[in-house]
Amino acid sequence: MTRLAVPKTYKLYIGGKLPRSESGRSYIVNSSTGDFLANASLASRKDARDAVLAARGAQSGWAGATAYNRGQVLYRVAEVLEGRHAQFVDEITALEGVSRAAAAAQVDEAIDRWVWYAGWTDKFAQIAGNANPVAGPYFNLSVPEATGVVAVVAPQDSSLLGLVSAVAPALVAGNTVVVIASEAFPLSAISLAEVLATSDVPGGVLNILTGSPAEIAPWLASHADVDALDLVGAGALDWVALETAAVDTVKRVAWPEDGPDAAAPSIERIRQFTETKTVWHTKSMI
Amino acid sequence: MSFLEYAPAPESTSILKLRDEYGLFIDGEFTEGHGTPFDTIAPSTGKKLATMSAADGSDVDRAVAAARRAHDTVWSRMPGKDRGKYLFRIARLVQERARELAVAESLDNGKPIKETRDFDIPTVAAWFFYYAGWADKLDYAGLGKDPRALGVAAQVIPWNFPLMMLAWKIAPALAAGNTVVLKPASTTPLTAILFAEILQQADLPKGVVNILTGPGSMGGQLVAHEGVDKVAFTGSTGVGQTIARAIAGQRKKLTLELGGKGANIVFDDAPIEQAVEGVVNGIFFNQGQVCCAGSRLLVQESVHDEFVARLKERMQTLRVGDPLDKNTDVGAVNSAAQLKTITDLVATGEAEGAEAWAPDCELPSEGFWFRPTIFTNVSTSHTIARDEIFGPVLSVLTFRTPAEAIAKANNTPYGLSAGIWSDKGSRVLALADKLKAGVVWTNTFNKFDPTSPFGGYKESGYGREGGLQGIGAYLQPAAADAAATPPAVEAPAETPDITEVVDESVEAGTGAASQGAAAGDSAGTPKAAASATATSRKKARK
Repeated sequence: MTRLAVPKTYKLYIGGKLPRSESGRSYIVNSSTGDFLANASLASRKDARDAVLAARGAQSGWAGATAYNRGQVLYRVAEVLEGRHAQFVDEITALEGVSRAAAAAQVDEAIDRWVWYAGWTDKFAQIAGNANPVAGPYFNLSVPEATGVVAVVAPQDSSLLGLVSAVAPALVAGNTVVVIASEAFPLSAISLAEVLATSDVPGGVLNILTGSPAEIAPWLASHADVDALDLVGAGALDWVALETAAVDTVKRVAWPEDGPDAAAPSIERIRQFTETKTVWHTKSMI
Repeated sequence: MSFLEYAPAPESTSILKLRDEYGLFIDGEFTEGHGTPFDTIAPSTGKKLATMSAADGSDVDRAVAAARRAHDTVWSRMPGKDRGKYLFRIARLVQERARELAVAESLDNGKPIKETRDFDIPTVAAWFFYYAGWADKLDYAGLGKDPRALGVAAQVIPWNFPLMMLAWKIAPALAAGNTVVLKPASTTPLTAILFAEILQQADLPKGVVNILTGPGSMGGQLVAHEGVDKVAFTGSTGVGQTIARAIAGQRKKLTLELGGKGANIVFDDAPIEQAVEGVVNGIFFNQGQVCCAGSRLLVQESVHDEFVARLKERMQTLRVGDPLDKNTDVGAVNSAAQLKTITDLVATGEAEGAEAWAPDCELPSEGFWFRPTIFTNVSTSHTIARDEIFGPVLSVLTFRTPAEAIAKANNTPYGLSAGIWSDKGSRVLALADKLKAGVVWTNTFNKFDPTSPFGGYKESGYGREGGLQGIGAYLQPAAADAAATPPAVEAPAETPDITEVVDESVEAGTGAASQGAAAGDSAGTPKAAASATATSRKKARK
């Protein structure tokens, strides 16, 4: 007799906790062959606001941690992810209908990208910041800093790799993130939340919402406490309206990207949500 | 005559031979515009300086087409070292004609000659000199090997530093291989057109730089033009938002340098003489018409009374008057509209219960003038502590602890500049870390250098000008291909009518009144129109 499986209840990830949607709503997630896999939480506007609140609360602490510390915390995520490798392969195989080898390759790449970005935390300021040789008796230094709270619409055609590729670079410099996962492939996002919850990432640093990007993204785009908007996975939405809504609070906006190279690893992805602060100090005339 | 009074020492204007009329500068030639010509006046007297040609939509088309042609056939293909040589030539020509430009700038803007002579024009030359050297070193700009230009840059600049803002925009754009269509503010178009003469002297290939004078509506047409790949704007937050809305969905690279409400934080251990000088410079430099002005003084409570007393004493010695007088510290406000904004906000400050004080000084009977003014008894909820005034008006607040100073300094939607005055290095560095501001000056203020990035956090805009970061704003990695080519889209059925709100009166601006007007005007149709345009582009891209 075969054993009766214990299916997982997929929730949201907000402020380091895994609540159900306050709206009580959920939606059906089917496999590529149309079989029922799970009910995922259908996040509401209120869930998005709670997530922003959590992200704002965590931002100064995350940005204020040493770069060495942030690097270790992010690397720890990769460690825990590696340990759950098989779980993600199972989920991706079922969800996306790809071969186990393809799913494994996706998980490998997601882990490797996470490691790559973890290594940037204590190097990014060195290559993106500089001492400026000003024409006068001043000490003058430019350093990149986090922009603040970043809202992300994750790539929609990828369970794990797209999500990781979009959020990891935003975390490097000290931003905190609210991400809307792939609507069709949301399960790995919540399994990633479990990874985060059992690693060292402080609650609120990364918040994951599942549900309808078309429903939630406008609230994030117009939210006054969101500093930047990454529309990388918003190509199928009315993303121009989202970019327009972001103008009211002068948010930094990244445009949609298509295809397998969307959110490819790059320094530019770290840089796009940083601000350069230039500090001048007088030098005495000795 | 007291010992503080000086005999008049006016700079001669004989070096400047103004013509009665000036045209647009398109494709290397001066040409008449199809818009309604307008006069540019001297704010210190209200008298006309010259009649300027105005561009309309057809002139914008011509200029963008010329810039595209120059980009594709000449400028982007030219070896970097040759682009650099042109920029070095320009830097030298600016230096050779520095005095003439200083006089013209002082006349047209109303700012003191000692500032145009010793700050504006030397900074212009320095900017071209710095970026000239970048032209053949782009591999080191942080974007990998062989980065490429973005294409045609539309640049809209304010009236507070007319020629300096031109240099900040044009120098990095050209060094990176872009071509330019620039719109100076309509109250201060003069030096941009004189600069066009310099471009001819430098024999810059035609079409590489095009300069369109005219109304704000024309600036709106320019940034929304489909042949433009990059938009750079310096001015008020309200107008910056109008531009961002207009081009949403077009995937044009955008940098915005917007308003500010800079906090100048004075601790009780600060070197007080220097701090007083720095605070005066921070707010009265350029009549306070500076986006990074230190317009909020946060002074530690224990030294408040002494500091304010010494500040008033120092303000008493400021000489307000003829901008061409070499002894003048504070010149004329740029326009009647700006003077009204300042006057209204000061009236609001008094109505809300803050105490205004200004030194006793006689103002000229003609032109636009405002006395250097400070407000004491200001609380964080007061309008004058929140809204950018963009005039010689300082609001004084107090704090007790560093934590309170940080909280108050950051209590603004803006994030452009901040100052810290303290003898304690460890405290200065810790505070600088916590301030949400793109530029932090410690024990100094209002320092600028072409090697040094400048730009804001939050609603002060995005992107940086100056330094390595400044050239990066005009480049893309070699791999990127989409943005470099002109967007292959059908023309929108209707040009988005954002244009009437890119209004010169608020370009550099400013106060709540003018911003409110711009925002109000833009709330309706422009948004919808821009969105419709952008949607059609999105479809075309698929």
